Amino acid sequence: MTTMRSRINVRDAALSMAAPILAVAFATAVGSLILFVAGDPVGQTWQVMFDTAKQPRSIALIVNQGSVYYLSAIAVAVGFRMNLFNIGVDGQYRLAAFVAALTAAYIPAPGPVRIAAAILAAMVTGALWAGIAGLLRVTRGVSEVISTIMLNAIATSLVAYMLREVSVPVEGSNNIGTKPIPESARIPGIPLIPDSTQDVYGLVVVAVVAGIAYSVLLNRTRFGFDLRATGHSESAAQASGVNVKRMILTAMLISGAFAGLVGLPELLGQAYTYSLTFPAGLGFIGIAIALLGRNHPLGIAVGAALFSFLDVAANPLQIIADVSSEIVTIMQGIIVLAVVIAYEVIRRYRVTQEQRRVARQLEAPTEAQGVPA
Amino acid sequence: MSTTKASPSGDHAPASDGTVAVELRGITKRFPGVVANRDVNIGARRGTVHAIVGENGAGKSTLMKILYGVQRPDEGTIRVSGREVTFHSPADAIDSGIGMVFQHFMLADNLTVLENIVLGSERLHGIGDEARRAIREISDTYGFGVQPDALVEDLGVGARQRVEILKVLYRGARIIILDEPTAVLVPHEVDELFDNLRELKSEGLTVIFISHKLDEVLSVADEISVIRRGESVGTVRPQETTAHKLAELMVGSDLPSPTTEESTVTDQPMLRVEGLSLAGLDGRAVLRDVSFTIHKGEVLGIAGVEGNGQAELVETIMGIREPTAGRVLLADEDVTDWSTRRLREAGIGYIPEDRHRHGLLLEAPLWENRILGHQTQEPNVKGPWIDRSGAREDTARLVTAYDVRTPGIDVLSSALSGGNQQKFIVGREMSNDPVVLVAAHPTRGVDVGAQAAIWDHIRDARRLGLAVLLISADLDELIGLSDTIKVILRGAMVAEFDPSDVTPEQLGSAMTGAAGDHNA
Amino acid sequence: MSTTPTTETRRKSTAKAPRRLWPRVLIIISLGIIFLSAVRVVTGADDISSSGALNASLALAVPIGLAGLGGLWSERAGVVNIGLEGMMILGTWGAGFFGWQWGPWAGVLGGVALGALGGLLHAFTTVTFGVDHIVSGVAINILALGATQYLAAVAFSGKPGGGETRSPSIDDMPSLSVPGIGDPLGDLEAKNWFLISDLAAFARSLTVNVNALTIIAVALFVLTWFVLWRTVFGLRLRSCGESPSAAESLGVNVYRYKYYAVITSGALAGLGGAFLAIVASSSYRDGQTGGRGYIGLAAMIFGNWRPGGLGAGAGLFGYTNALQLRRGGESVHALLLVVAVLVIALAAWQLRSGFSRSVAVAGSIGVLVLTWYLLTDEVPEDFTRMTPYIATLLVLALASQRLRMPAADGQIYRRGQAG
Repeated sequence: MTTMRSRINVRDAALSMAAPILAVAFATAVGSLILFVAGDPVGQTWQVMFDTAKQPRSIALIVNQGSVYYLSAIAVAVGFRMNLFNIGVDGQYRLAAFVAALTAAYIPAPGPVRIAAAILAAMVTGALWAGIAGLLRVTRGVSEVISTIMLNAIATSLVAYMLREVSVPVEGSNNIGTKPIPESARIPGIPLIPDSTQDVYGLVVVAVVAGIAYSVLLNRTRFGFDLRATGHSESAAQASGVNVKRMILTAMLISGAFAGLVGLPELLGQAYTYSLTFPAGLGFIGIAIALLGRNHPLGIAVGAALFSFLDVAANPLQIIADVSSEIVTIMQGIIVLAVVIAYEVIRRYRVTQEQRRVARQLEAPTEAQGVPA
Repeated sequence: MSTTKASPSGDHAPASDGTVAVELRGITKRFPGVVANRDVNIGARRGTVHAIVGENGAGKSTLMKILYGVQRPDEGTIRVSGREVTFHSPADAIDSGIGMVFQHFMLADNLTVLENIVLGSERLHGIGDEARRAIREISDTYGFGVQPDALVEDLGVGARQRVEILKVLYRGARIIILDEPTAVLVPHEVDELFDNLRELKSEGLTVIFISHKLDEVLSVADEISVIRRGESVGTVRPQETTAHKLAELMVGSDLPSPTTEESTVTDQPMLRVEGLSLAGLDGRAVLRDVSFTIHKGEVLGIAGVEGNGQAELVETIMGIREPTAGRVLLADEDVTDWSTRRLREAGIGYIPEDRHRHGLLLEAPLWENRILGHQTQEPNVKGPWIDRSGAREDTARLVTAYDVRTPGIDVLSSALSGGNQQKFIVGREMSNDPVVLVAAHPTRGVDVGAQAAIWDHIRDARRLGLAVLLISADLDELIGLSDTIKVILRGAMVAEFDPSDVTPEQLGSAMTGAAGDHNA
Repeated sequence: MSTTPTTETRRKSTAKAPRRLWPRVLIIISLGIIFLSAVRVVTGADDISSSGALNASLALAVPIGLAGLGGLWSERAGVVNIGLEGMMILGTWGAGFFGWQWGPWAGVLGGVALGALGGLLHAFTTVTFGVDHIVSGVAINILALGATQYLAAVAFSGKPGGGETRSPSIDDMPSLSVPGIGDPLGDLEAKNWFLISDLAAFARSLTVNVNALTIIAVALFVLTWFVLWRTVFGLRLRSCGESPSAAESLGVNVYRYKYYAVITSGALAGLGGAFLAIVASSSYRDGQTGGRGYIGLAAMIFGNWRPGGLGAGAGLFGYTNALQLRRGGESVHALLLVVAVLVIALAAWQLRSGFSRSVAVAGSIGVLVLTWYLLTDEVPEDFTRMTPYIATLLVLALASQRLRMPAADGQIYRRGQAG
């Protein structure tokens, strides 16, 4: 019995791994085909990307970018585990980063307190902004898919307005931004990668902590069970005593709080100001990575690393090989589409396999009693 | 009849000329892990009602889906009027003059009766006035009283079933399959349906009637084929058999019947409901001034036509809905405002009416399903943490104690058969020292073995001094298990019976608001 | 088709939405014009009913409406299409690529074809493989964005007037006018008479310099209504969105109709993209859609999954958008008064059935907006940009109970589920 179970687990694991690997291979093939058809140098493109990725500086950049992607994907995944689509991570983190930038720059306190306050402010802002969608869903039945999309657009305008009201010019450019965060409240980089001129964000730690918190919260706690049960079946969760409405609201708040962290590594570790050029669109990448990693904390880590590898490695393509770096965005899109199809096919295959196995084992009467204690 | 256009046989054969209208030969169908049908042989003669009986899960529905082209057999042949046919989709079956009325109605609520009927066969009479006339004509011929332009969502169960039959007739079907058509009907509606069937038969149509209710089958069928575990075990004539013999053919032994031993009713009230009222979303009253008391060791049965407030009563007691008036008392405590979770913690076990929607997480393993509904109780949790080993151990115990047939506790609950899923739920709800058990349709759609086991467990609960609220559509089950039966109609309790001297017929007429009041 | 409208047919359709729709629509439109006219006179914000603003509204409403129409086709067959944005983006590139080389009409076809391709992909993942509709839509949006950016760089770099983020310019589409009517209406409008000038502006915006593609778009609304609600094809398609198992049990090939619907959906979104590229800016530009696919989806929900309602929603969003472009601060400021009065009226109307929370919410929103109107002279540009989104949220929040989406919308259907 035990050996059988472990054999099945091994096969399950192999199946789970196969899907993303096949998806990446497929995307590479399609990417090559597109390059070929467009008359771009196929071999040179991949060569440039791998050469780039091998440089220590690139590795540091991949870690940095990956940690940001990871936080975004975790925020999305909290919703996904409950069948909630938080498409609004994008708006949540930008608003949150803006508020955090002001907090760190203006409150009169020693550096560490400013940092703590900034992190807290970011989480609260993200949670509140996501909470609007949660509140609309539970009180008025508005689909969170639509409301978060609308809130993204509103956040964009709101941040632009507030930025105009409080901005100072950024030195040496015609960009505008919030007042720079004082030295004391900046988080120093970690020289994690040897020989790299680029340090790793100090707040990489936050990504790791977030991953662990996510994993423990969902898999080990009563609350996490309630959340997952609601995701499996709202009706069954309600009958089991879960207050589904409160659960939806709470999940949105948690998702938004994680989303609030997304902009912080960049803000406190590199930019020190929220300006017009603050990165946007991280929320959508988070959705893709959460799908790719199947909401599993380690799967998401792999997905985040893959996507940030593609992004960083594609940077010099235009200059060196005269190939548009958007080729990797196509690949990212194909990877996500291919992987969700593959997961769906595998999921269905597994359910029928399970039914077949149960029936087969029940037919052999000796095994039917073999319930492991 | 003006509806024979699509009939391939075309001939207006007189009722029952003895020729075989449809014949299934050596049908075998396998699903992952199960053989639903194995070498089934059945032939239905023209102008007769041919019944197919078997217990839940015997493979009747699969067989009919094969005959209607929804699924394809792995082996075997289908002949219609002597010609061999292959169905790739229901459209092919419809072209061969076969129509089917599904157990779960296949109607789009937000479309009109007309739209539902003409869908897929628009070529016959278009989708406008001609179709409307044709529908009226058929409806009048059989006295269906169907309004083509009504919205389906406004129709009652009986009217919906007539729309389904009309759909089939509209397509000129000569062979009509009815899958468990009486399951949703009350006794007098069943009589009306049977009158309709006799009418159809006299027009030379062939009716295939699927059921597991033997009395009905004996009264309406001309021939009866019995299916057991996916195999056809014989065809008999109703004149030559009895319900007892049929049951033996069906399950290989006598059917279990629910009976109680001597009363264990005490005088300690455990669950009291006082003047409970509930308004629906549209403001209409769904429950009106419902009151009852269940004592320790007592089973209170609630009879009623589906949709008369039973589901809402259960949900109100369970704290899922908030009543507009009235109180619920557990022992002596007012629990009206308690949340579902608090009620469950206080010892109310709950067997929901729809186990897939309310009772299980289908894509979660069994041991996680053990936690469901008892997320705050030992042995599932320690403080805010899930106690995996505790839950797993108890799941293993439960699986053995309640004879849940499963290879392990890590399988997904969706992999279990309906009967085993239900036994698991019953076991789970009995596991945390309940004082009250709310059981809604506890044996619906389970096989005979599981049915008997679940009846035993309910009797055990009663003996252990639980107060049991039993809601069921199976009148024999209610009569057999209850200490008292109350009848619910349009949200109000309208009658009370002593199960020892009440017949299903008496209950049936009380359920419809006394005999005579025949509005569907 | 033998659908002669009898009293019966009328009664049939009443079951869903009030028939004799046109009188109502006309009444609402006239009331709206009277109301706007009054507000114009009171506030002096002439642009809220100028023919220029109305014309601009129409032009801005078309892409939103076409995207929404795409959503309508798809969701009526039970497939949620959040990939509209991506399909629209594909449409802009298709229009740029074909339009630049072979003229605007080729551009239209190119946009439609590329959009339909996106629709095909969505149908493939959601119908054939049963992937969650939202997931597939999000993935398509990512893919479409990357694909067009790459393809634009490949196709347009170094071309005259083109570059990585824009195509060379596309020739103009013909515009049509009803001859001899423009000038007199223009004169009337210039008089600033209560109501009469507003009506003249309204008429002028519909008769002078109307782009051919705008006319096609309006025709597509009528055509959609006819096809979906008056033909066999439409009945079958809608049945797949209401109860696919019933449809399958009657021999309807559910997968095929879902494919038709989702491909059409993509084609319509692509046409919306083509409109943006050809009519609104004469070339493909990166980021041109600016989330209009999403607003289209919102307009469709706003319109309760019906072409008429969707048209009204698209018109409303187009209108607020247009005001913002034309002396935005002042015009939108005037609009605050409109909103305040409408919301307070709504609260008063709800008060008839007793005081409730929604009365309090609506009432206080109304008072707040009114206060805002009275205390300021202009609305900041950034706020005017939010208007369509906030309007959507408000409508969804205040009216969501009255919306009815197709019963099986968004559900994954697998063949063989019948019975």
